[in-house]
Amino acid sequence: MADYKNEFGWFAEKPKVEKKIYDRNKVAIGIVVFLVIFTIAFWKNLGKAVPPPKPALETAAIIKLPEKERTCVEDVEFMRQRHMRLLVDWREQVIRDGERYWTNSKGEKYLASLSNTCMECHTNKTQFCDQCHNYVAVVPNCWGCHLTKEEQVAKAEAK
Amino acid sequence: MGINRRDFIKLAGLSALLGLGGKSAFELVLPGEVEAAEKAKPAAEGITRWAMVVDMRKMNDQIAAKCIEACHSIHNVPNYIDPPDPKLALPDPLKQRWQIKWIWTDLYEHAFPGMEQDVLWEKLHAMNFLLLCNHCNNPPCVRVCPTKATYQRPDGIVMMDMHRCIGCRFCMAGCPYGVRSFNWRDPRPYIAKINEDYPTREIGVVEKCLFCNERLAQGLQPACVEASGGALTFGNLADAKSKVREVLKEHFTIRRKPHLGTNPQVYYIV
Repeated sequence: MADYKNEFGWFAEKPKVEKKIYDRNKVAIGIVVFLVIFTIAFWKNLGKAVPPPKPALETAAIIKLPEKERTCVEDVEFMRQRHMRLLVDWREQVIRDGERYWTNSKGEKYLASLSNTCMECHTNKTQFCDQCHNYVAVVPNCWGCHLTKEEQVAKAEAK
Repeated sequence: MGINRRDFIKLAGLSALLGLGGKSAFELVLPGEVEAAEKAKPAAEGITRWAMVVDMRKMNDQIAAKCIEACHSIHNVPNYIDPPDPKLALPDPLKQRWQIKWIWTDLYEHAFPGMEQDVLWEKLHAMNFLLLCNHCNNPPCVRVCPTKATYQRPDGIVMMDMHRCIGCRFCMAGCPYGVRSFNWRDPRPYIAKINEDYPTREIGVVEKCLFCNERLAQGLQPACVEASGGALTFGNLADAKSKVREVLKEHFTIRRKPHLGTNPQVYYIV
């Protein structure tokens, strides 16, 4: 014999409890509103393609160089993939080891400096660095201290 | 079954007694060395050891001002006392509290406490001593830094890695000379003319004089030494023929708070 107990007492067989959601309509509206707000970013950008970044390489400093010498400290593929690692390595070697010069894979020596080597050619931070960084939503904290030379170059060109 | 209350209290009391008494008794019998009592290491031979001598006989307020200007303009040190834009002027307690100084001047009784006398050489009272980081041989700031953002290079320079500084200010508490300043706000608006070849600092990091290590790497003398017109001598203390060594041999010099055992490397000829 199976006895069932609920809050009203003992029953010989399982009592039928009416299953219902209280305030069914309000709950449904709530769920719909939640889903809409939660996915609003997707709806807003539906069908829109964000154009891929186009970092500009044509600064006055680069154009001035002869065609053959227009190379970065390493080749383009390396720089695209590993420039952040390279900058961290430079930072370590300059500050921790006091070694200010860095030799690339071809044996050429460069001053390991963000402001004085990279930004010397890439004087256009907004057209160069920021293009990709904004696209992939990364915020490197270089620029809190290091200077871009962008203003200096703009002033010099205006003259 | 189990233990009664009386036994439990006895046991707890006994173990507490052992636990508390054990460690202190151990320390009483085997005291060992307290870390704070560490002595300064002797300078290693055959390497570079940068040091500076300030000749107070040649130093005056104009030269000191030149040195400060040379240093602070090169290293992008903000000026909170007299900001470049009058709109940025700060109220009185703040501008002193936020002040950032790599090199500055102060009176004898402030710079050399513990060396006062009831009757002192009169000229001392009028002297403004040029003060900067002493690049101690036994730097307390380095010992307290939790991230090794400040550390000592083999050539003696007490270096700062701003990338690592978390702004805890332990080093400021550790430094007995007050050579370290904290960036309470973004310093950039308070820099009169930014030198783009040298980085600025960010809000929330500590900064100080770095003996112009970036200029030393190029074979130049520190900016203040260059601007001082001979009142400052800078060089390699480990080299027996260097100018600092000669100057130190010829003259009696004093150092700031040598009794603290930090072995400061900025010497003063009075």
